[in-house]
Amino acid sequence: MIRRVLWLAFLMAMSSFPAAAQGGGELRFCLRGEPKTFDPLKVGDEPSLSIRYLTGGVLVRVDRKTQELQPELATSWKVSKDSREITFTLRPGVLFSDGTPFSTDDVAYTMQRLMDPSLHSSTADAFRSGAGAVSTKVTGNNRISVLFPAPVTGLDRLFDQVAIVSAHSPHKDSAVLGPFVVAEYKPGSSVLLHRNPNYWKKDTQGRSLPYLDSIRLDIQPNRDIEMLRFTRGELDLINALDAENFDRLASTNSQAAHDAGVSLDSEQLWFNQVSTAPIPAYKRAWFQSKNFRRAISLAINREDLARIAFNGHARPAAGPVSPGNKFWFNAKLTADRNDPAAALQRLQKDGFHLLNGVLLDKDGNAVEFSIVTNAGSKSRERMAVLMQEDLQKIGMKVNVVTLDFPSLIERISQKFNYEAALLGFANVDLDPNGQMNIWLSSAEDHAWNPLQKSPATPWETEIDRLMRQQASTSDPQQRKQSFDLVQEIVVDQAPMIFLVNKDALSAVSSAIGNADPVVLHPQTFWNAEKLTLNSSMRASR
Amino acid sequence: MKSIRRFALAILLAVASVSLAADWISPANYRTQYREVPNAPPSKQHVLGTDSLGRDRWARLLYGTRVSLTLAPAAAAISTLIGVLLGGISGYLGGVWARLAMAVTDLFLSLPWLFLLITVRALLPLNVSPYASVSITFLILGLLGWAASARVLCATALSLRNSSFVLQARASGLHGARLFLVHVLPNLKPVLLAQFWISIPVFILSEANLGILGLGVTEPLPSWGSLLRELESLLSLHQEPWKLAPLLVLVLVVTSFQLVLSNEEIAT
Repeated sequence: MIRRVLWLAFLMAMSSFPAAAQGGGELRFCLRGEPKTFDPLKVGDEPSLSIRYLTGGVLVRVDRKTQELQPELATSWKVSKDSREITFTLRPGVLFSDGTPFSTDDVAYTMQRLMDPSLHSSTADAFRSGAGAVSTKVTGNNRISVLFPAPVTGLDRLFDQVAIVSAHSPHKDSAVLGPFVVAEYKPGSSVLLHRNPNYWKKDTQGRSLPYLDSIRLDIQPNRDIEMLRFTRGELDLINALDAENFDRLASTNSQAAHDAGVSLDSEQLWFNQVSTAPIPAYKRAWFQSKNFRRAISLAINREDLARIAFNGHARPAAGPVSPGNKFWFNAKLTADRNDPAAALQRLQKDGFHLLNGVLLDKDGNAVEFSIVTNAGSKSRERMAVLMQEDLQKIGMKVNVVTLDFPSLIERISQKFNYEAALLGFANVDLDPNGQMNIWLSSAEDHAWNPLQKSPATPWETEIDRLMRQQASTSDPQQRKQSFDLVQEIVVDQAPMIFLVNKDALSAVSSAIGNADPVVLHPQTFWNAEKLTLNSSMRASR
Repeated sequence: MKSIRRFALAILLAVASVSLAADWISPANYRTQYREVPNAPPSKQHVLGTDSLGRDRWARLLYGTRVSLTLAPAAAAISTLIGVLLGGISGYLGGVWARLAMAVTDLFLSLPWLFLLITVRALLPLNVSPYASVSITFLILGLLGWAASARVLCATALSLRNSSFVLQARASGLHGARLFLVHVLPNLKPVLLAQFWISIPVFILSEANLGILGLGVTEPLPSWGSLLRELESLLSLHQEPWKLAPLLVLVLVVTSFQLVLSNEEIAT
């Protein structure tokens, strides 16, 4: 009896340490392109971003699941009331991967290097709030303050992107504070990451993280090959799976297909309102009319776009912010429901009328325009064709034009030689400050009418004011109030007609333990240090 | 061999006839979206199922075949005409003209065609109807695809220029255009026809390649290129083999063209 109880106790003990039982092994997944840099401060492309996430140590981290800020290399932090200063208390006893101690010097060196204009860091751009230099001040043994010349809104969250580099290590380029370290890079083929033996984090049982010995990142832009290799068991994870591959996987291996819910990404249609654009004046008048744009919004069947173009793995979009962005989403907004009769009523207010099934404007011009989108995106091409049919029901003739990406960008952002464009936003930043380049009328990415010297319309003036207002305060509730109003104006005026928000789809092999895919990048491996491989997978590699 | 040629011709005629009769025999319009049944498998209502937008795949195959089979020969005719004008005449004139024509032809052959096509297509006006767009696409193919024909025709015309019967005709006082039209052109005809037949499947495949890149015929009009895009995903084919229908028709038609051509060559 005693022996049986002891055996049971042993089994229970074993089951309470799954990680310990499954430590080691090599995780494998794909990067969809060549990493452009291994310098964490220069990162701008997605493959490099993934490597930075896996190798870089940050002071604070946005928890990809809760979307809340969590301590990492800093045990605590405080932002000054004027949002010009942030003070970090650093975690003691942390070492870089090469054994060099981590200190305030490293934070100071990182900030100095990051803000150096000659580095051309896109990460640094978010910190550039005004003229003048960014400075650091060591205020104690493990305390350091970073001072900015002007207020920086959402300052603490920006440090999620700043991987600390070593000031004193003899191997500055390779010494890291993250869970993994770059061990080998074969251009065009793969990047191999090894476990950082000096990583500071431990699990609840006091065991050193990460559990995995290594991660192999194969460089593979072809998504079909990536999927094929996953189904053969050669890969363990796929991020940002498209709807078709997701359904195919779900039909054969439902446990591997993960839908984390609505993502931050959106798809939208907008009309060219640039006053100098080479389009007929009567068409520009249509596009500048709120009634015309709202009628289009009402005539589009968003439910069908989500169901057909994305196989049901998308939701009709209510506005510019996805419900996946928990804090900034304006819950008052709802997506326009498909209502061709209401669309026609709107159009009648501007003198449009139907004649033998053809919609004419008040001067008798038949309503015909083109929608440009990028070639090769199946979901966008499908959305465009679905909208073509929806708009035909209210007498509009739409020509769908797919262009290669460089030609499309040239037309919509340089020559403004287009009528309507269908594209998407891939949002990685939760904070609305990351969207200043879209909503400010003077911004380059103010897609429907960029680089305005002064706002062309009263509602754009109001959006400018509200965006600046939310950026000028550190009070989250005040900021939310201002940005909610921006969202309401955008939905009311429809300069961009938001169509759908895609779901965050991914694939995770059943051999992986502790996987918990989320909507934020990097979706499947956000908790890479806690991922494990089962024993059969470890044995096969 | 004659029977094979007849069989191939019969297939081409059958495919062409069925596609030309699409207005009468098609169960649905190629653009009608049955939104409740996207990606449906074959059924009584939709014999080849429906595509991702719920459009009848059989109807789209019929209309797509009509588009590709009508316009590819037109493009082939354009390219062969340019080929004979540039290659045939310069070869007949010989000397510096032939060298100049070959230099231009070599230049054209060395151009990266796909990128050139993409660039030319990107420069086109946006507001054109799908019918105009498909015609323009094939017109571009025809206007840009003459170089290979020109090279062959130039070489043939050069050899004819020095042949004994042309020298005899010249000695008899026949010169210039009349000599070309009466003695050279009729002898170029077999090569010219062969180039025409060769060009048809080449243009069909070029449009299909553009279609696979999403740059071919504009929606909602179907073509073989746009229909073949469904095959992009290698993984689904064993689950949905009926998606292979446009590929089978394309292979059948191109093979038939080749069989007709090889017999044409044998005959000459």
